[in-house]
Amino acid sequence: MQDFEYHRPKSAAAAVEALCSGEARVLAGGTDLIPQLREGRRLARHLVDLKRIPELTAIVALPGGAISIGAAATLTSIAQHPSIAAHYPSIAQSARLVGSLQVQNRASLGGNICNAAPSADAVPPLICHEARATIAGRSGQREMAVGELFRGPGRTLLEADELLTAIILPPPPTRSAARYLRFTPRREMDIAIAGAGVWLSLDTRGSVAAARIVLASVGPTPMRAHAAEAALLGEQPSKALLIEAGRIAAGESQPISDTRGSADYRRELVSVLTKRALSDCCVQLKAEGAIA
Amino acid sequence: MRMMITCTVNGEERTVLADTRDTLLGFLRERLGFTGTKEGCGNGNCGTCTVLMDGAAVNACLVLAQEASESEIVTIEGIADGDKLHPIQEALVAHGGTQCGFCTPGIVISAKALLDSNPDPSEAEIRHAVAGNLCRCTGYGKIVEAIAAAAAQRR
Repeated sequence: MQDFEYHRPKSAAAAVEALCSGEARVLAGGTDLIPQLREGRRLARHLVDLKRIPELTAIVALPGGAISIGAAATLTSIAQHPSIAAHYPSIAQSARLVGSLQVQNRASLGGNICNAAPSADAVPPLICHEARATIAGRSGQREMAVGELFRGPGRTLLEADELLTAIILPPPPTRSAARYLRFTPRREMDIAIAGAGVWLSLDTRGSVAAARIVLASVGPTPMRAHAAEAALLGEQPSKALLIEAGRIAAGESQPISDTRGSADYRRELVSVLTKRALSDCCVQLKAEGAIA
Repeated sequence: MRMMITCTVNGEERTVLADTRDTLLGFLRERLGFTGTKEGCGNGNCGTCTVLMDGAAVNACLVLAQEASESEIVTIEGIADGDKLHPIQEALVAHGGTQCGFCTPGIVISAKALLDSNPDPSEAEIRHAVAGNLCRCTGYGKIVEAIAAAAAQRR
């Protein structure tokens, strides 16, 4: 491993300063970065450890009902957070899909986003909930939708001297539900061959008022299935409609064939997972009385 | 680069000269001689290097020694009470939940992390807790039985 200087800044501002050292990399959980450095797949002269910065690891309720998750908060702290488990269960559950418990005890939500793996399990539920990313840089702070951060496998819109500081979850509207499902050959410790995150919001008559469908592992980035979403709008969520939405989402997906699965298999998985996730949302909404 | 690292290992504060690039695994094994923690894959997949860091089970191969500075680490050497094995270790012996023994230190640590936070785990919770610890000898049946027995005994 190439030698590097280790920084343990006390604030986000100091972390941004350290990132400007040149050939610097953010060290959050380190569960991807440390093997990459050891194997020479990434080089860094400066590592900027975020885990001792309270503002970057805190999960706090904001005025108006939103929740802010510090980018370096561990997946375990997210899965165990009572408000996230209660109001964003798909996000809490997806945090428990990444690696082992040992990995979840270290890995951060910001790392799962910034690694920009098309298979990142924690990302589709964030996009479903219209999560926003807060980004700090030398010239100040900017904010953008988590869904707009990705440029391709392993690539985001963040500049080298920018730092993802927090993920903001807006309060979920009443009569809404979200669900993320993925398929792996093994039950644990595996990477999704395909994943589908869905979010449904119903009007007072039980028709679909808004829908978001976000697919994992079937494109260069996590991707929306806009046509499938449009097919749901204004309709009663019948079984036939959910099957149709799954079929349309499969058509929109852009999978490749690789060692984990063929493109055809992935499309079939998208169809099934989308339908199942939508159906799970309907079960939740029925339990809450939003569907007769 | 060389630098001093201070952390608490198995209840004892240690200050040791280390390399900036040392992983916690290398630091424990090579600098401090705690060779009970094993290196398997070195990539966070196999869990043989599992230790407790401030009470949480982590893969020591995925942590830099510098990150552990000012932390409290517990390795397999810190689990038994002198010559008296920890109930989890006794149960693994009694149930034959070990064969070659290479994964056992990691399994013991993961089981301890589970039982410390959940004294009455279901079988599914036990299986989930050791999912990040690969055993290629026994299969998991006896390991799961042993952890359940240890939990029952502690209650």
